[in-house]
Amino acid sequence: MLPIPVKSDKSMCSQGTRGRGHRRFAGRTKAVAGMAGVAALALTAAACGSSGSSSNGNPGQAQGKAGGTYTILANAAFGVADPAQNYTLEEWQLLIDTHDGLVQFKRVGGAPGTEIVPDLATAIPKPTDGGKTYLFHIRKGIKFSNGQVMKPSDFVRTFERQFTVPGPTSFYSGIVGASKCSTKGCDLTKGVVADDNAYTLTIHLTAADPEFLDKLALPFAYVVPGNTTLKLTGNDVPPGTGPYKWESYNPNSEAVLVRNKYFHVWSTDAQPAGYPDKIVEKYGQTISDEVTAVENGQADEVFDGDVIPADRLSELNGAQYSKQVHVNALTADWYWALNTKTAPFNNLKARQAINFAADRNAYVKIGGGPSLAVPTCQVLPPNFPGYKPYCPYTAGSDHTKWTGPDLAKAKALVKASGTKGMKVVVNSTTDETGKALAAQMVSDLNKIGYKASTQLLNGSIQYPYIQNSNNASKWNVAYSAWYQDYPAPSDFLNVLLGCGSIHAHSDASPNIAEFCDQSIQTQMTKAENLSVTDPTAANNIWATVDHAVTDQAPWVDMFNPKQIDFLSKRVQGYQWNPQWYILIDQQWLK
Amino acid sequence: MAIALTESAEPPAQAPDLPPEVSGRSPWALAGRRLWRNRIALSALVLFLLIILVCLAAPLYAHDIAKVNPFVNNLNGTTIIDGHKVPLMQQGGGILKLGETPLGPTWHISNYFLGADQQGRDVFARVLYGGRSSLEIGIGSAVICCVIATIIALIAGYFGGLVDAILSRLMDVIWAFPVYLLAISISTVLLTEQSGLSIGPLHLVATSLWLPTIIIAFIYLPYVYRPIRGHVLSVSEKEFVQAGIAQGASDLRLIFSDILPNVISVVIVLLPLMIATTILTESALSFLSIGVQPPNASWGTIISDGQDLLYTRPWVAIAPGIMIVLTVLALNVLGDGVRDALDPRAKLRVEG
Repeated sequence: MLPIPVKSDKSMCSQGTRGRGHRRFAGRTKAVAGMAGVAALALTAAACGSSGSSSNGNPGQAQGKAGGTYTILANAAFGVADPAQNYTLEEWQLLIDTHDGLVQFKRVGGAPGTEIVPDLATAIPKPTDGGKTYLFHIRKGIKFSNGQVMKPSDFVRTFERQFTVPGPTSFYSGIVGASKCSTKGCDLTKGVVADDNAYTLTIHLTAADPEFLDKLALPFAYVVPGNTTLKLTGNDVPPGTGPYKWESYNPNSEAVLVRNKYFHVWSTDAQPAGYPDKIVEKYGQTISDEVTAVENGQADEVFDGDVIPADRLSELNGAQYSKQVHVNALTADWYWALNTKTAPFNNLKARQAINFAADRNAYVKIGGGPSLAVPTCQVLPPNFPGYKPYCPYTAGSDHTKWTGPDLAKAKALVKASGTKGMKVVVNSTTDETGKALAAQMVSDLNKIGYKASTQLLNGSIQYPYIQNSNNASKWNVAYSAWYQDYPAPSDFLNVLLGCGSIHAHSDASPNIAEFCDQSIQTQMTKAENLSVTDPTAANNIWATVDHAVTDQAPWVDMFNPKQIDFLSKRVQGYQWNPQWYILIDQQWLK
Repeated sequence: MAIALTESAEPPAQAPDLPPEVSGRSPWALAGRRLWRNRIALSALVLFLLIILVCLAAPLYAHDIAKVNPFVNNLNGTTIIDGHKVPLMQQGGGILKLGETPLGPTWHISNYFLGADQQGRDVFARVLYGGRSSLEIGIGSAVICCVIATIIALIAGYFGGLVDAILSRLMDVIWAFPVYLLAISISTVLLTEQSGLSIGPLHLVATSLWLPTIIIAFIYLPYVYRPIRGHVLSVSEKEFVQAGIAQGASDLRLIFSDILPNVISVVIVLLPLMIATTILTESALSFLSIGVQPPNASWGTIISDGQDLLYTRPWVAIAPGIMIVLTVLALNVLGDGVRDALDPRAKLRVEG
């Protein structure tokens, strides 16, 4: 499982970062493979997310005109393009336009965009055999962009490539036969059974997986021709079935998508036709230059994984450009993980003390101000399944929202914990935001009697560093951020704070705080199992878990961020999908 | 009348017509005189001393004039401008109100003269404190580097043979690494070692200024070692050294009494140039966040702080940049002057 972030584009969710001037969106990259367990994996999944309401979005299918070239500017390319390996939102935003899976997140803006709809399958099957078997009926008459007819057996090779190509294999490690797969070879004929005559595909799992359909909606599971090599294709993207095809990809210059002449619409929910004739993503400019180019109409979009520098925001606030800006709340969390294995934060009162002392208003300012960040005390973000507002670490008596720090309570707790005067190492990143956050945390800690110092690491090093238990003795408080993979509470609570997410001596151990409470874990397992049959009851349990975890204070939650999209004047039909962010091909050009 | 003749009464003897007496001057005196005549170099020296003086006054400015703590976040802070209370971090305007912009320069010496940075800290006070760090590290590392390199060069050049080969190859190994790559590698390793670095009785923690000082001194060792070793080799062949050997002088005496005084001028010429180089290196490392660590500041870290504010608050980056330019320029000009002064073939006219 586990995702391993590596910096990446924003996208990917999990662990990400962003913010005014910052960020790492954890992208993950594959490499992770193998790692851990599934669950986590899941996390990685969907692209990170977001969601939220689009302040300027235009949900719903709009009528526009086809044609033109839509140009995106991205600071950096997304690495190797093979869809079995790439784990970045940057490529996934393009892959959803060129490839299809059995199922898909509904291709619309707003909350309906988290709904799973059938894509190459004719319908979403109900699992049988205790949730371990899925029978899909596959649509007929669909061709790949090379003219080859798409058949159910193509999926067998698609899933086998998940294991032969180094990548986040844990997403699909529950398929029968997957445990014997490796980069040397894979035989999933017993786990993924194709019938090209009946046009059916049956997937057998070793155990029920309530998030399996979510995982099938990720680009890893998008079908490629059955004769595709089992080895890494590098920067050659195998043909897909979507409305566009990859004409070229050069990480040093650009990616170009053109129309797939074999495409026809079979489901407007899953894969509607796109508007632009051509989609070009260019790499290499600074983000500030990207903003200037879009202002000047030389490009259409600043890639939404590129965080617009703080000092360019004042331009966007002006009347000249404000209509081209879209702000959306992200289902994401920026937080400090407290090292629960070493003093002082192996003491509950000490953890609660810094939660009371944390000046979340200051963190919000670092995050771009109240228009771009909302203070929080709990793990689950607003508008997320299981979310019920809760903030016990605030001044005042209203425990549903944070209003200010309570230093008196914090100092009393420090005194009671017997940890006053201890040295505390605050680990963060070397970018401006990371430094500012660290400085604020040091200030918060010193106010209540600790002797805090900073430890700043490059963003690409810091995330694996703080995950690895070998380094646990070297820090006490570590900055991190998490962006949803898909809209499931387990993607935050179990992945980031579950006992099963602690992997000793691994760079992919997302439970950074190494927090493990067996009674809470029991509740999480119960909620996961219940989510298949009774999502409402499950979400109620998740809400309880969220509050219980918050009371145990393994983190200092800072804020939930928002996302800025900046488009050129000629772009129409903007839609914000919680899973994929901007729906690129659903926009048209004036 | 008798005239008593006394010696004193004798008319003074006619002095022979000799050229006026010329007092001997040491090479150092001559060099000093040459330097004194070089007004440009002297101006550079004055400028450098002035910069040092201003930076040394940083605590005075911060505590008694601006009354700020430039090392602590002040995101929720305010100040008074023209009788109005103004937040140090100002939310964006317009329709969207995106972002937070720090207070700009007030140009009032006692009140955020150069404005605030992204953490609400007084930029001018940080520039002064940053100068202390940059100069301490720059001068410290250059001095350490020159002293150690000179000692190694004396040993290698004097003894020659296997000793020279081993020491020179060690220097070559250091030289083989690109300067910044080596510095970044060492810094990254040492900064993540929370227990710090121990060198004998000396224990350094990650936030210590000694850490970048030692790292920078280390990476420049071969650059100073090479020219000094060359001079040592040359001087070692001179007759007066051979004479010393013939007289049975000890190695230490020959090295420190005969050779060192004859190569020290090379070190002195190199020193200001090395200080300029090490200040630039410190700034570069700090800009990359692997030099001076928070809460300390240096000119490099302040430029790094300001790079995200170039459009709206350019002075955050420009001010330390100007200080670096002035310091390095002064040191380079001074270094050229010192070189000219110590060079016996210098064409500077030295008036009697």
